[in-house]
Amino acid sequence: MIDELLFFMEVLVGGLLAGTMYSLVALGFVLIFKASATFNFSQGAMVFFSVLAFCGFMQDFNIPFVLAFILAALLMVVVGLCTERLVLRPLMNASEDTVLMATIGLGYVLEGLAQAAWGVEVRRLDLGIGDFPVPWIADNLKLFISALDITAGLVAAIMIIGLFLLFKYTKIGLGLRAVADDAGAASSIGIPLKHIMLLVWSAAGVVALVAGMMWGARAGVQFALVDLALKALPVLIIGGFSSIPGAIVGGLIIGAVEKILEVYIGPFFGGAIEGWAPYVLAIFFLLYRPEGLFGEKIIRRV
Amino acid sequence: MKPVFMTYTKKDLINLAVCMVLSVLIIPTFIKTEYWYTSILIPWLCLALATIGQQIVMGYTGQLALGAAGFMAAGAFAMFNLILRVPELGFIGSLAVSGLIAAAFGILFGLPSLKVRGIYLMVATLASQFFIIWMIDKFGWFKNYDSSGIITAQDIVILGKPFTTPLAMYFVCLAVTAVLTLLAMNMARGSTGRNWMAVRDMDIAAESMGVSLLKTKVQAFAISAFYCGVAGALFAFCYLKSLEPVAFDIKLSFKILFMCILGGLGTINGAFIGAAFILLFPVLLNSVGNNVFHGAIDATIISSIEQVIFGLLMIIFMIYEPLGMAKLWENLKQKLSLRLQSSSIKNLKSSVSKNLK
Repeated sequence: MIDELLFFMEVLVGGLLAGTMYSLVALGFVLIFKASATFNFSQGAMVFFSVLAFCGFMQDFNIPFVLAFILAALLMVVVGLCTERLVLRPLMNASEDTVLMATIGLGYVLEGLAQAAWGVEVRRLDLGIGDFPVPWIADNLKLFISALDITAGLVAAIMIIGLFLLFKYTKIGLGLRAVADDAGAASSIGIPLKHIMLLVWSAAGVVALVAGMMWGARAGVQFALVDLALKALPVLIIGGFSSIPGAIVGGLIIGAVEKILEVYIGPFFGGAIEGWAPYVLAIFFLLYRPEGLFGEKIIRRV
Repeated sequence: MKPVFMTYTKKDLINLAVCMVLSVLIIPTFIKTEYWYTSILIPWLCLALATIGQQIVMGYTGQLALGAAGFMAAGAFAMFNLILRVPELGFIGSLAVSGLIAAAFGILFGLPSLKVRGIYLMVATLASQFFIIWMIDKFGWFKNYDSSGIITAQDIVILGKPFTTPLAMYFVCLAVTAVLTLLAMNMARGSTGRNWMAVRDMDIAAESMGVSLLKTKVQAFAISAFYCGVAGALFAFCYLKSLEPVAFDIKLSFKILFMCILGGLGTINGAFIGAAFILLFPVLLNSVGNNVFHGAIDATIISSIEQVIFGLLMIIFMIYEPLGMAKLWENLKQKLSLRLQSSSIKNLKSSVSKNLK
C-alpha cells in the first residue's frame, strides 16, 4: 500500500515538474496575447530557433555559456523587432484569424532559417545539470525526482514571479496592461505602442530561449521541440489565454494528468496516450469553461 | 428551407469543357513519362481534393481547423479495411463508405465548433489529428495485425478490371476529383454554401436570420471530412501505394492548410492552384539547386529554404492579398478583359468613323 502511494506520489511529482516545462512555453504565448491580443502561433518555432542559435554559438564558435546566452537573447530581440516592424504593424487592423495565419507563416520562416543556419541534426545540450534522480531526495523521501525537473521548476517559478511583479508593479507593466485592454486608447494617451510591442516580443523570445534550454537538455535540441511546444496550446486553453498564473496551473494540470493517465490507463491501450490526452482534456474544458480557469470571459458583440 | 439550385452560365460550361478536354485528351496524349503521373498529377489531384475539404470548413464556413490529415488517415485506413473485409462493396463503394466513416469523425470532432472559434477550435481539431493517428497506430485490427508498420495497399479493381498503370490510376483520381469538385461547386453556390458563408461572415447575425448554426457547422465539418477521407484513400491507394499512419502526420495537415490559404480562402479553384503551387515549388527549387548550383547546396538546406519561402509567402499574402492566388488570377483576368474591351471599342470607333467618311 505504502509503496503504491509512494509510486503515485512519484508519478504525480514527476508530472507536475514536467508540467512546468509546458508552462514555460505557454508563458511566452501569454505574454504576447496579454499585450496585443494576438495569438502567436510561432512561439514553438521561437523556442526551437532560439535554443538552436544558443547551441550554435556555444558549439560551433566555442563561445562561453553566458556570452552565448546573451547573444541568443539579443538575437531574439532582433527577431522581435523584425516581427513587429514587418509582420505585425502592417496587420494592425486585420482580423484575429489573419494575424494568426501570419504567425503560422512566421513560425515556418523561423524553423527554416534555424535549420538552414545551424543544420538539421540533433544537438546535445549539456547544462551541467543531470537528468537523473537527486540522491538526497531519493534517500530521505524515497522519491525519484530528476534534478533537471527541479531546476526547470525553480527557473519557471523565478520567471513567473519576475513577470508577475513586472506586470503588477512597474510603469511598463501598467502600460502593457493598458495596451492589452485597448490598444487604440492606450496609444492616444501617449503610451508608445511600438516600444511596448518590441518589449513584449523580446521578453517572449527570452522566455522561449529559457524554455528551449530546459527542453533541449532533456530531449536534445531537435525539430521535435516544435511539436512539443504545440502542447502549450491545451495548457493555455485550460489556464486561460491572458493569465500568467493560468499558464502555470494549466501546465501543472496537463503535466500531472498526462503522466497519471499514461502510467495507470496507458498500458490498457498500448501506451503513448500522452500524445492526445492533453488535447482531449482541452476539449472538455472548452465545452464547459471556454475561457479557461483564470481567463476573462469572452464577450462578442454583433 | 427549400434548396436553391444554381444555374450554369455559358462561362461555366466553357470552363468545364476546357478543363475536361485538357485533362482527358491533352494531358494523356502529350505527357508520356510516368514520373509526371506518379509524382505530380496524382498527388496533385488527391491533395487538391483534400484542400477542397479544408476550404469548405475554413474558407466557406470560417472555422479554423487543422486536422485534415487525420481525416485523410481515417479515410485511407477505412478503405484498406473495407476492401479487405467487405470485398463485395467494390472500389467505388468502399471509397464512398470510407468517406462516410471519415465524415463521422468529422462530426464528432466538429462538435466543439458550436461553442468555440478561432485558435480554440484549432486546438480541438488538433485533438482529432493526434487521436486518429494514435488509434490507428495502437489498435492492430486497423492494420490487420501487420507488425512491419507499413502495409501495402491492395490493387485497384473496378468492375473486374485492374487499374494499376499510372495512367489508369490518374484517370481514377481524375474521375473522382471531377465529380466531387462539381458537387462542391454546386454546394458552394447553392443554399448550402450561402448558409456556410453567412455563418462565416457573422454567425450571430446568421442565426438571427434563421440559419441553424448547429446544422450548418456540423454539415460543413461532415462534408469537409468526407472530402478529406476520400482524398486520403486515393492518396494512399494511388500515390503512396502503402499505408502507414506516419504519412498522415501533423505536417501534412499544415501543408493542406497552406494550400488552402495560399490558394485563396473561399474558392474552389484556389484549392487546385494552391495544391499545384505547394507541390511544384519544391520540385522547381530542387531542380534549380541541381542544375544551377550543381548540387553545391545541400538538400536539407534546400528544404529549409523552401520552408522559409512558404512562410514568407504566407505573411506577404496575409498582408497584401488575404484572398490568395485565386484572387490574383481573378484580378489578372479582369485586367486582360478590360484591355480587350477597350481595344475593341477603339476598333469599333475607328471603323465607325471610317464608314462615316
